[in-house]
Amino acid sequence: MLMLRRATSDERRATLIRCLTFLVLVLALAGHASAADGPPPAIHAASGLQEAALFYAFALMTVVSALGVALSRSVVRMATWLFFTFGAVALLFFLLQAHFLAAVQLIVYVAGVLVLIVFGIMLTASSPWLRFEVKRGELLVSGVICAGLCAVIGHAIWRTNWPASRAASTNIGIDALGRTLLTDYLVPFELAAVLLMVILIGAAYLARQPQR
Amino acid sequence: LTQIWVPWRENPQRYQPRGLKGMAWAPLLAARALFRRFPGTIFWGGVVAVCIVVALHGAVFDFVYERLLVGEWVAPGSERSAFGGPLSLGEIRAALAAPGVQLPAWLAYPLYPLTHRLVRDIVAMLGIIGIVSVIPLFSIWWERKVSAHIQNRVGPMRAGGWHGFTQTVADGIKLITKEDLIPPQGDGLLFRLAPYLTFVPSIMAFIALPFGTYWVFRDTDVGLVFVLAMLGVEVVGVILAGWSSNNKWSVYGSMREACQMVSYEIPMGMALMLPIIAAGTLNLSRVGDQQAGGWFSWMCFQNPFLLATSVAYYVASLASCKRAPFDLAESESELVAGFLTEYSGFRWSMFFFAEYCAMFVVSGLSVILFFGAWYTPWSGAWVNHVLTDVLKLSDGWLKTMVLGVLNDGPLWFILKCGLLLYVQMWVRWTLPRIRIDQLLYACVQVILPLMLLLMLGHVLWVMAVPPDGMLAAVTRYVLGTAGLIFVAGFLRMIAVGWLRRRQLVGYLAADVLPGA
Repeated sequence: MLMLRRATSDERRATLIRCLTFLVLVLALAGHASAADGPPPAIHAASGLQEAALFYAFALMTVVSALGVALSRSVVRMATWLFFTFGAVALLFFLLQAHFLAAVQLIVYVAGVLVLIVFGIMLTASSPWLRFEVKRGELLVSGVICAGLCAVIGHAIWRTNWPASRAASTNIGIDALGRTLLTDYLVPFELAAVLLMVILIGAAYLARQPQR
Repeated sequence: LTQIWVPWRENPQRYQPRGLKGMAWAPLLAARALFRRFPGTIFWGGVVAVCIVVALHGAVFDFVYERLLVGEWVAPGSERSAFGGPLSLGEIRAALAAPGVQLPAWLAYPLYPLTHRLVRDIVAMLGIIGIVSVIPLFSIWWERKVSAHIQNRVGPMRAGGWHGFTQTVADGIKLITKEDLIPPQGDGLLFRLAPYLTFVPSIMAFIALPFGTYWVFRDTDVGLVFVLAMLGVEVVGVILAGWSSNNKWSVYGSMREACQMVSYEIPMGMALMLPIIAAGTLNLSRVGDQQAGGWFSWMCFQNPFLLATSVAYYVASLASCKRAPFDLAESESELVAGFLTEYSGFRWSMFFFAEYCAMFVVSGLSVILFFGAWYTPWSGAWVNHVLTDVLKLSDGWLKTMVLGVLNDGPLWFILKCGLLLYVQMWVRWTLPRIRIDQLLYACVQVILPLMLLLMLGHVLWVMAVPPDGMLAAVTRYVLGTAGLIFVAGFLRMIAVGWLRRRQLVGYLAADVLPGA
């Protein structure tokens, strides 16, 4: 049988003192740590072997997950593979010190485009497990297109004069990026904004109830 | 422990211990069963152990850095990043043997790995994982207590001691030992993947979230964009969870979630742009540091548009981490918990870990961008004056410590975040859930136009009103005083609730139950 009783005043006082001691200790530790700690390191470029290892790891991730997108049959699994492709490309951007681009890649492609793709599948799927069945003709056409694309990219890689020494990749900073966008590249930037605006108005027009 | 159900599949029998020997074996068998099926247990145990080791390591590293290396290899007063390249073992040994403080030479071996940046990064990352595990443990218990007290119940009282404070740990043990179901008709791989896709981004958000001026893992120029990206990526896991369950309620839940996320990201991002325009940087620590100097220099009191935006952001953030009254994705009564319907055991609890972490992160963003970051409501200069001139405290570790506690630091940040978390819970247990069309109406036709107007007004204000002028100062003090009155009303409410706690939760809970 559990006995219920009030805590005696001594017990209460002891508990209070214990709590206060603990609190003071915690506060002291936290205050001391906050005073003693120096500024944290800014994000630095990985160097040499480390950078090479990370690059090959992320590149492998990109290639494998892109192959997964192409080879899997289930549409939702394709979207999942695409998630990893986008993530690996964002990691490559981080490695190249393009932090803003990497974060925007995640926001726009993963949180925007990918969510919309899956959302569209869920809204339009006729059966729960939607699958791609590829016909032989489609395979041929897409093979020819891919071969052409590979030829163009390969040609470009072959023709480009790659510098022998690796230029130090430095983070140019978000200030410089913003200034460049709003001075040298203002017209393309504004044109892209106008394009998005047109799309928005078009979507609103299409979604509106038809006028009778 | 006298009767243990051995849960692995190939040996489904009840272990009946006989005698003392059997009793002695029972805990071992239970632990073996746990470890066989749940490597997570081993993992988290390892994380905790590593955190402790690392804390000790860091203390030694700091000591050696401060006492021995400064002056030898590093110029005194230079920043710690001057420490750049790794030192060799011989250099550390030489530093340890240097005149002054003599330390044993074997200390060089444990210190050597710490001179590499990668090792220190791994250590700090494990620390973040430790923090991330503690936040949900605490706030789940807190939510249960808050909900209980709002409903005139007492909530968990027995587990642990004082007001059932180990209830979440007990729940966790229950969830680990619970049967792990994967719907046979669903997509098993995606079903198992989804909790990780939700959990990992919510940890990643803490990488760029500063807890204090120097208390941040990576102080990037794009901190805010990074945190927003992580909050957005988290949704993919929830959507996949609903889809792979092959259950119509789950799919409804994840469709609602996708719809809600995509629409509420826009006003949320716009709301966060206003303080960024005022601060002129996306770096969260620098935005925070601009608000040093007490209550009236907090961002939300700088102009009326920012004050309105701080409220609008709070509403949008409730929707974006699917908290009530916007918890349509997991509504219990209509959708049977939505995307969580088919989940049980540890996978289920990972979704909740992610949810409570996301709650903390959105509160943290709100605190950093609007409510004075890690600074106290009172001015640092005032505290310094009292310490130096009134208490006659000389410069030293005691003074830096007191200043660190009273003036700024992660404790203030966590306290403010806790207050906002409390408001989230309060809202959840007070307001009814709204319908999906009302939710979208509120976003597209109310908050979004409101945000556009506020942004226009704010930009005009920033352009027209000089920050050092008369109008800016008057606005700051008027809005700050209004905020003070609001806080005073809030405190009065708390005081009345505290005085009437016996009426609210009953004499039994306030005085008599064990641990009360």
